[in-house]
Amino acid sequence: MTSISIDMSKSGASVATNGSSAPTPEAALMIRNLNFFYGKFQGLKDVSLDIARGKVTAFIGPSGCGKSTLLRTFNRMFDLYPGQRAEGQILLHGKNILAKEQDVNLLRAKVGMVFQKPTPFPMTIYENIAFGVRLYESLGQRDMDDRVEWALRKAALWDEVKAKLQQSGLSLSGGQQQRLCIARTVAVKPEVLLLDEPTSALDPISTTKIEELINELKHDYTIAIVTHNMQQAARISDFTAYMYIGELVEFGETNQIFIKPTKQATEDYITGRFG
Amino acid sequence: MSDLSMSAAGARIYNRRRLANFLGLAFSSISLVIGLIGLIWILWTLASNGLAALTPDFFLKNTPAPGTAGGGMANAIVGSLMIVGFATLISTPIGILAGVYLAEFGKNSRFGIATRFFVDIMLSAPSIVVGLFVFAFAVATVKHFSGWAGSLALSLIAIPVVVRTTENMLNLVPGSLREAAFALGTPRWKVSLAVTLRAVRGGVVTGVLLAVARMIGETAPLLFTALNNQFFSTDMSRPMANLPVVIYNFAMSPYEDWQKLAWGGAALIAIVVLAINIIARLAFSSKTQA
Repeated sequence: MTSISIDMSKSGASVATNGSSAPTPEAALMIRNLNFFYGKFQGLKDVSLDIARGKVTAFIGPSGCGKSTLLRTFNRMFDLYPGQRAEGQILLHGKNILAKEQDVNLLRAKVGMVFQKPTPFPMTIYENIAFGVRLYESLGQRDMDDRVEWALRKAALWDEVKAKLQQSGLSLSGGQQQRLCIARTVAVKPEVLLLDEPTSALDPISTTKIEELINELKHDYTIAIVTHNMQQAARISDFTAYMYIGELVEFGETNQIFIKPTKQATEDYITGRFG
Repeated sequence: MSDLSMSAAGARIYNRRRLANFLGLAFSSISLVIGLIGLIWILWTLASNGLAALTPDFFLKNTPAPGTAGGGMANAIVGSLMIVGFATLISTPIGILAGVYLAEFGKNSRFGIATRFFVDIMLSAPSIVVGLFVFAFAVATVKHFSGWAGSLALSLIAIPVVVRTTENMLNLVPGSLREAAFALGTPRWKVSLAVTLRAVRGGVVTGVLLAVARMIGETAPLLFTALNNQFFSTDMSRPMANLPVVIYNFAMSPYEDWQKLAWGGAALIAIVVLAINIIARLAFSSKTQA
């Protein structure tokens, strides 16, 4: 498998399978012929696509289609579990992050992830944010305070917690905890944000707040979001990928996917004929 | 309107079940009462015989010569505090780090499995065997008893307890918390120590407290290692007085004064162990969160 390092400038060729002739924005992550295995079971089959920089790419599909699996290859989360392996290439800045030489911890500092279940650390709210920052930067007290405030503002949480930074992160409500996790991930200034069903455990009001957040964040970050809620994908994403049983069925601009999908399978899923 | 009564066969089955329920409840209640009677009897006996001996002199005066009135257990109390104190200092870090290793790194490795097996064996090793081992190792070799040997023996008893509790607590931490730490680019050792261990620090402290409570009452290992000392001494490299061995000697003696002091010592140990257990439980229940 040769490495495809195409310069995806604004006027470059498109590798998206939507067949449209619109210019593709620059790619932050380029996935080429990705195959993923849980032991003997193949979870991803020959997946290739680009994640556009500065845009929100949503992954939709029925349960078990591989969307979370795909997301977790982007920061090599599967490395934690023996028996899970990935073959193929994922290029970040032209370098294959699946290669053995890639420092996994540095990768994860650049590609951050927020999970479905809010997981604040058993520390104060301040420490939750400072923990990640301290891993790779040494900031003085004042700078750290500023960074914590910046991250909490980015996550639209500052006003609610500024008076109780020394309280435990676990004392917050579910929606607040999830925003704390987002603040924690954003504080280390990654390039890419991976969101794995970030609102499926939250009530509708928290969900709305976080969706507004995502709209704000995409100006500074590349965002890939997995969601089983199609309406959410339609609301907040620029590009959508529809997956089914480990394969990427269709990928394109969100408007086009939801209004005029090119594949029948996509249309069946979107209109709810199955799923 | 249908009738809610049962058929004859249904009634038989139902009544049999009711009888089984009643018998089960009756037998478990009786067992509970028997167990409680035993416990209350012990505590009552200790209190009625020993509390009277817990005078200020008990804590301030040293063990008396046989037949003399007065005196106390000051040297034994201080000796126990020192021996158990040092044993705690030795066993706590070793036990916690070993527990972290087993839970975080040694899930499937052969070394981890072997270690867990040996820890389980050590957990139920007879304390007299541990005492004899340390005797051969640290007393016979230097040809004198010492407080250090006593601490060593107690550590060998406490370490498996701490390892087991730490490992069990860490296994309760949900994988999602670990993943969240890894997702920030945290190196593995830091995830284990700064996040996972921190999440269960209440439970780990409980484990340490329970190990301490166990150490306080162990007699057999100290018989062969710290021995005893009639006089007040804080020199750990010499034989050292300690509560369990003094109680053992005094209780078996024919002198009434000594026997009274022995009761006092036993009551003191019981009170301290009870207090530690209660504190451990209270502290743990409020720390389950963070």
